[in-house]
Amino acid sequence: MAYKDEKLSEEKVFKDPVHRYVHVQDRVIWDLIATPEFQRLRRIKQLGTTNLTFHGAEHSRFNHSLGVYEIVRRILNNFKDREHWNNEERLLCLSAALLHDLGHGPFSHSFEKVFRLDHEDFTQAIIVGKTKVNEVLRRVAPDFPGRVADVIGKTYEDQLVVSLISSQIDADRMDYLQRDAYYTGVSYGHFDMERILRVMRPIEDQVVIKSTGMHAVEDYIMSRYQMYWQVYFHPVTRSAEVILSKIFQRAKALYQDPDYDFKLEPTHFISFFEENVTLADYVKLDETIVQYYFHLWQEEEDAILSDLCERFMNRRLFKYVEFNPNLQMNDYLELITLFKQAGIDPEYYLVVDSSSDLPYDFYRPGEEEERLPIHLQMPNGDLKELSRHSDIVESISGKKRTDHKLYFPGDLLKGLADRRVKEAIMEILYGQGETSNVD
Amino acid sequence: MLINHAKLIHFFRVTGGITGRKKLQKMIYILQKSAVPFEEKYQFHFYGPYSEELTLRVEELCNLGFIEETREDKANYFQYHYNVTRAGEGFLEQFTLDMPDMTDKTELLQSRSSRFLELVSTILYFEHLEKCEQIEKLHKMKPKQNFTEAEITEAYQFIKQIRST
Repeated sequence: MAYKDEKLSEEKVFKDPVHRYVHVQDRVIWDLIATPEFQRLRRIKQLGTTNLTFHGAEHSRFNHSLGVYEIVRRILNNFKDREHWNNEERLLCLSAALLHDLGHGPFSHSFEKVFRLDHEDFTQAIIVGKTKVNEVLRRVAPDFPGRVADVIGKTYEDQLVVSLISSQIDADRMDYLQRDAYYTGVSYGHFDMERILRVMRPIEDQVVIKSTGMHAVEDYIMSRYQMYWQVYFHPVTRSAEVILSKIFQRAKALYQDPDYDFKLEPTHFISFFEENVTLADYVKLDETIVQYYFHLWQEEEDAILSDLCERFMNRRLFKYVEFNPNLQMNDYLELITLFKQAGIDPEYYLVVDSSSDLPYDFYRPGEEEERLPIHLQMPNGDLKELSRHSDIVESISGKKRTDHKLYFPGDLLKGLADRRVKEAIMEILYGQGETSNVD
Repeated sequence: MLINHAKLIHFFRVTGGITGRKKLQKMIYILQKSAVPFEEKYQFHFYGPYSEELTLRVEELCNLGFIEETREDKANYFQYHYNVTRAGEGFLEQFTLDMPDMTDKTELLQSRSSRFLELVSTILYFEHLEKCEQIEKLHKMKPKQNFTEAEITEAYQFIKQIRST
C-alpha cells in the first residue's frame, strides 16, 4: 500500500478539552506529529504573554495545531460526497491544517517585530527544508511538501482547499477562539461549531454557509469580536508585550555595543541580532530557552536590561493611560523631555502601543475584491455577503474598533527624587484622568 | 512612535486621495516592492497580496481624524474614498520622514485600474520564481481573471518602469 494511503492498525486518539477527542488514522499524520519540529510546538505558548493576565492561558501551539487538524478532519467527513469537493485533496488538507503554525517562534509576535522576521516564512522553510517534517512529507510524493507549503501560504491553486485553513471562517479561527476561551476561562468565545460544520458548503473556489445557518455564524462573529476586546487586546497583556519587545530591543543594542560584555553571552540570539538566522538556529529557540536568558539577564550590569527582565519575570508591568495622538502629541513630546531629565530612557520606558500592532482581527465585510468575506448561500444558489443579510453583523461591523495606549513604569515615576520633574510628568499623565492600574 | 502611520498619511497626501481599498492595498504593496519603505506585512489572499495591518492602520488613521473616509453604496458593495484632513497634515508636520520621493511612482499607479494592479502585485508576489513559472502560477491562481498575454507583457513593462522611476 502506498505510504499516503497507509492507516494505523487501530485509530489513535488524543484526549482534548475542546473537541473531546482528536482522531488520527493516517500513518502520515501520526508520523508528522512525532517529528521534532512538531513536538517543538509544545514549548511555544499559543497566547504568548496572556498567561500574565489570565493565568490559565498556558496552552501551546501543539494543542491548537491538533485542534485545527481535528476540525478539518470533521469538515472533510461532511464534504466527502459533496459536489466540488475532490477527496484526493484530503491528506493535503489534513497535513496543512496540522502544520499551519509550525514556524511560530517563542513569543512570536514581539520577537518578529523586533527582529523583522515572519513566522510564515519559517513555516514554509521547515516544510520544504532539510527537516524531519520534510522527510515524512516527501515519502508521500516528491512534490507533496511544496503543495502543503502552498496551501499554508495561500498560494495553492485550489482555493477551496486554502479556504478551509485560512479564510474569515476557517478551522484555525474556530479552534483558537474556543481553545483560548476555554484556557483563559472567559465566558465569551463559545459558539455552536457543530452547527457551523453542518452548514458549510464547498463551492468551486471557496467554502460558503447555507443561509439557514446564519445565526450560528452570527454567534461565531460575536465571539470573535468579544474575544478580541476581552482577551487578545487586553491592556495588561499588551503591557507585558511592550516589556518583552523592549527586552529584545535592549539585548540587541547591547550586543551591537562594542564596549558591553554580557555576563551571559546571548549565544542563541546572536544570529537574530546579526540578521543572518538559519533554519537550524530558528528551530533551536523555544520559550524555555528565552525564559532562561531572561532569568539570568536579571543579573546583567546593564540597568535597563536587568530591570526589564526583572519586570517580565516577576510581572511588575508598566502602567498605561489612553493616548490620542491627534490631541496629545505635544504632551508626548513633553514627556520625552521630562523622562530624559529624570534619567529614564524614553526609548525603553515610554511606549505607544496601537491596536494595529496586534496579530488578531475581527470580521469586516470590506469592499468588493478587497478580501474574501463570509458568503451565505441563498436557497436559489446566489451568494450574499454576511453583513448584508445579518443586522447583528452589520451593526458590529461599523463600530470604532481602534485605540492607542501610552505605557510607562508607574513605580519608577513615583520614586523620582526631582519633585519638579515628577509633578510635571504626573500632571501630564494624571491630568487627563486616572492612570489605569495594571494589577 | 507611529512612524508607519505617518508614512501612510504622507502617501495619501502625495496621491491627493485614493478611491478603493483594493487599489490602496495593491498600490502600497507595489511601492514596497519598488523600494519605498512601507512596513506593512502582506500575505497572499483570494485577490492577490493583502495586508490586514494596512487595513487596521488606515482604520486607526480615520478614527484619529487624520484621514477622512467616505463610503459610497454601489448596490452589492461599498466603495471607499480616502483623503488627508487638516489634522492629518498637522500631525505629519511633526515628523521628518526618511522616504524617497514617490510622486512619479504614485502617479503611475493611480492611472491604472485595480484589476491591472492586482495582476502586477500578483506577479511581484511570485517574483522569486522563474518568469515562466510566475506566469504559470498566475494563470493557475487567477483562472477567472483571464489575464491576456498582452496584459501580462504590459505588467512586466510596468514593473520595470515603476522601479526605474
